[in-house]
Amino acid sequence: MKGTNIGEFEELVLLTIGALHPQAYGVSIKNEIAAFTGRSVTLSTVHSALNRLENKGLVTNHMGEATGKRGGKRKKYFIITSFGVKTLTEARAQREAIWNLIPDAAFKVNLT
Amino acid sequence: MHQGKYHTPPILAQRFLRWFCKPALVEDIAGDLEEDFNDFVTDYGLGRARYKYWLAVIRFLKPFAIKKIHITTTQTIMFKNYFKTSIRSIARNRLFSAINIIGLAISMSVCLLMISFISELFSYDKFHENPDRIHRVISYEQFLQNEPQGVAATSILTGKRLQAEVPGIEASVILNRRFAGDASFQNKTVSLKGLWASKSFFEVLSGFTLLQGNAETALLSPNSVVLTEEAATRIFGTANAMGQTIEIRSIPFTVTGIAKQPPFNSHISFEALGSMVTYENMLKQRSKSGNWLKWTNVGNDYVYLLLDEGTEPGSIQASLDKMSEEENLKIDRFKIYPELQALTSIMPGPALSNNIGKSMDSSILSTLFILTTIVILCAAFNYTNLSVARAFKRSKEIGVRKVVGANKGQIFWQFILEAIIISLTALCIAILLFYLIRPEFLNIDPMVQQATKMIATPALFAYFLVFSVFVGLMAGFFPAVHLSKLKSTNALKNAPGSGLLSRMNMRKVLVVIQFSLSLIFIISATISFKQYKYAVAFDLGYNTENILSVRLQGVDPTKVATAFEAIPAVNQVARSFDLNGLGNGDRTRVTLENSADSAYLYYNFVDENFIPLMEHKLLAGANFESRPGSREESIIINERTLRKFNIESPSAAIDQYIQLIRGPRLRIIGVVEDFVYTDISRNIHHFGFRYSNSRHNYINLKLNPSDLVRTMERVESAWNAVADGKEFQAEFYDQKLQSTYSQYATIYTIVGFLAFITISIAVLGLLGMAIYTAETRLKEISVRKILGASEASLVKLLARGFIWMLAIAALIAVPLSYYLFDSVVLSESVNRISIGITELFSGVLFIFLIGFVTIASQTWKTAKSNPAQTLRSE
Repeated sequence: MKGTNIGEFEELVLLTIGALHPQAYGVSIKNEIAAFTGRSVTLSTVHSALNRLENKGLVTNHMGEATGKRGGKRKKYFIITSFGVKTLTEARAQREAIWNLIPDAAFKVNLT
Repeated sequence: MHQGKYHTPPILAQRFLRWFCKPALVEDIAGDLEEDFNDFVTDYGLGRARYKYWLAVIRFLKPFAIKKIHITTTQTIMFKNYFKTSIRSIARNRLFSAINIIGLAISMSVCLLMISFISELFSYDKFHENPDRIHRVISYEQFLQNEPQGVAATSILTGKRLQAEVPGIEASVILNRRFAGDASFQNKTVSLKGLWASKSFFEVLSGFTLLQGNAETALLSPNSVVLTEEAATRIFGTANAMGQTIEIRSIPFTVTGIAKQPPFNSHISFEALGSMVTYENMLKQRSKSGNWLKWTNVGNDYVYLLLDEGTEPGSIQASLDKMSEEENLKIDRFKIYPELQALTSIMPGPALSNNIGKSMDSSILSTLFILTTIVILCAAFNYTNLSVARAFKRSKEIGVRKVVGANKGQIFWQFILEAIIISLTALCIAILLFYLIRPEFLNIDPMVQQATKMIATPALFAYFLVFSVFVGLMAGFFPAVHLSKLKSTNALKNAPGSGLLSRMNMRKVLVVIQFSLSLIFIISATISFKQYKYAVAFDLGYNTENILSVRLQGVDPTKVATAFEAIPAVNQVARSFDLNGLGNGDRTRVTLENSADSAYLYYNFVDENFIPLMEHKLLAGANFESRPGSREESIIINERTLRKFNIESPSAAIDQYIQLIRGPRLRIIGVVEDFVYTDISRNIHHFGFRYSNSRHNYINLKLNPSDLVRTMERVESAWNAVADGKEFQAEFYDQKLQSTYSQYATIYTIVGFLAFITISIAVLGLLGMAIYTAETRLKEISVRKILGASEASLVKLLARGFIWMLAIAALIAVPLSYYLFDSVVLSESVNRISIGITELFSGVLFIFLIGFVTIASQTWKTAKSNPAQTLRSE
């Protein structure tokens, strides 16, 4: 079950694609992640992650219209596949299950 | 935010991206990057954005984005295939491959020699810190309207004026080459060779460094000397030399520095450096009139400049021109033009006299370069010739390749590769040959030996490799182009392409060129050998047999003379300043008293025994008489000088007076017959024998020729008894003469060797062509034989074409080499051989003979073959 395990950054990208739907493409994903997390993200990392997600079948893409801003090149829009949605929900469910297991005492950190 | 002008990202970066990126991804990635780029431009400005774009492109060099490489694998497979077929074809045609490899190897060995020689010469003087900012001032001297003579030296005045007046010079140093002599410390005496150098020596010539002492002050004060490490150990042994006092030519010097040994590839070398101030003080004492600071005092002083960064040598040259204009006005009949010479063009450089150290004439270098190029071209011609000839046989292979789908480029590279494999194999043999002939080459001429060591370095081997690949390309280019052009249908039909016939003619032209060159070389070798023999046997006007010249090296002449006179086999003993006929000589300006005429008079200081010993013929007057004291009173001149001063007869000259410029007034007491004083290639000079009993460098012995070996031993032991440890340096006069004319010997050795090589190569080529012709015409010959042709007529038929080529080659080469020697090489020489039929045609005959034997051996074999056998195997 190789496809079901996704990394932290991959998950972030996948979520952003969902959030930007249907306008998710390289630059917008990059800018969105940067805005949300405050990390500086490079295009190549985003593309590399998108490539991996696509290989795992979590996203699919279609080419958009050409715009002058990109020197006449078309945008590649990404959409989450149903498998991608499933993976995301599973991941969320797993986390929430674990969250629920954490006793309250564990978060009472003594600051002194 | 997205307003304003639209910007395109760096084009080179985009191209780079497109080059490495997968085609499926490239549109999206490029688009995203471009969008990002425009955001960057608004945020950071164009410059930073471009930089960031580049960075972003480079970040995409990740496995997911990079193209998969497929093409290279097919390329390596094809390369392997070319390699395999090349090796097979070389192995199949063993004879032709051997001819090619041997020819190339022989000529390449000569080229390797040349490469190592040239690369070593060009490494000269590069060890200084700023070699391109260092310049030397040289001079061109012109007397009246004569041809200006180049001198490596300049006057001290030029150096001083440059220092004082001309801007743009960071530092300059004045050197003088007359700092040599015996250095004594306590009881030890060692002879040193060195230079007088002014204080900035180590600043200008920064490649010379001090191991001990301060480079800035070492040559500052009077009576200081800097010794090289090696010289210091010779004098002081292991003891510390710094601060010690040594005596050089009875002047005390304090050692203020120990210098590192000057590198071999420096045109300046020294064992000791004396401070220039000392020398200047000496000069000031010697001549109160300030003669040494004269503009015309060019001979032994050298000026080196370190220009400021950014100073154009042209601006310094302009100042020099202005200076010479001013100074030349002050002098009569004589003009001196100083010129700036870059340090890097000294070695090799123009031919100059009065060199400070080693020198290598760049014209010699270019001559050698041209000769070796000719040799390698000859070998390349062989390859081209034989390959094109054999193209006929390989056309089927090419046809099949083309039908299977090979394109022109692939066929081309296959044949180039074959040529390169041949030339690399030749290189291996050539390197062996290189080691064999290297010692011979170094011994050819003292100048070569002085200037180079030819040690094989890795860089040198890299040059060799590059050179051999280049030779392969050169030799293989024409056949490769020709063969790759063949049409597959023609090639398979075995019909030669339309161009092949014209190429047959080109091949003939190449053979003719090869043989013309071989002929020129062999004729040149013969002529220069004759000239050498002639020069050595020339009647010089005095006797040279059984005369032993011993170098005095500062040992007291009287003591040595007494010791030698005691030996019974020594018939006569005479002392002299210099030896006649060895190419150099000292001269001075003289005038005849009561006459306006002046002349340059060459002179030699001798004692009263010299003229009888050398058997000079006195035409009038008498020989010198033994006389104590250093005052000079008399002179014996030659006939040439008489004519110069319009004195009718030798006896009329007696008791006239000759005034030496800056010298004494001398009475003519005798006249000798003309003889060769400098060397035979030049006219006889005005000459005078001057009498001295102290200024002698040589002691000449007339020996009884009966038992020379024993006599030599006795002379040497007599020398050792009086010379306090000085080495015995003696040479027979005629041997010394021979070495003077060694330039002719050098020419004939080099040219003779090249002749040998080009002849071998040309003969190899001829052999290849003869074999090929015989093979391809085998069937024709057989048919002719069956129809009744005699063997002799068949040989004639086959050989006729080659004989024609040889004849044309001779027609080209003979007049050309006659012209070369008659009007170029020997035209300056006064005493020379006349070039006759023997000189010109002995070489031609020799080559014809070799060529004929080569052709005949092959054609005879073919003519003798059994026609039934050849025709049956159809």
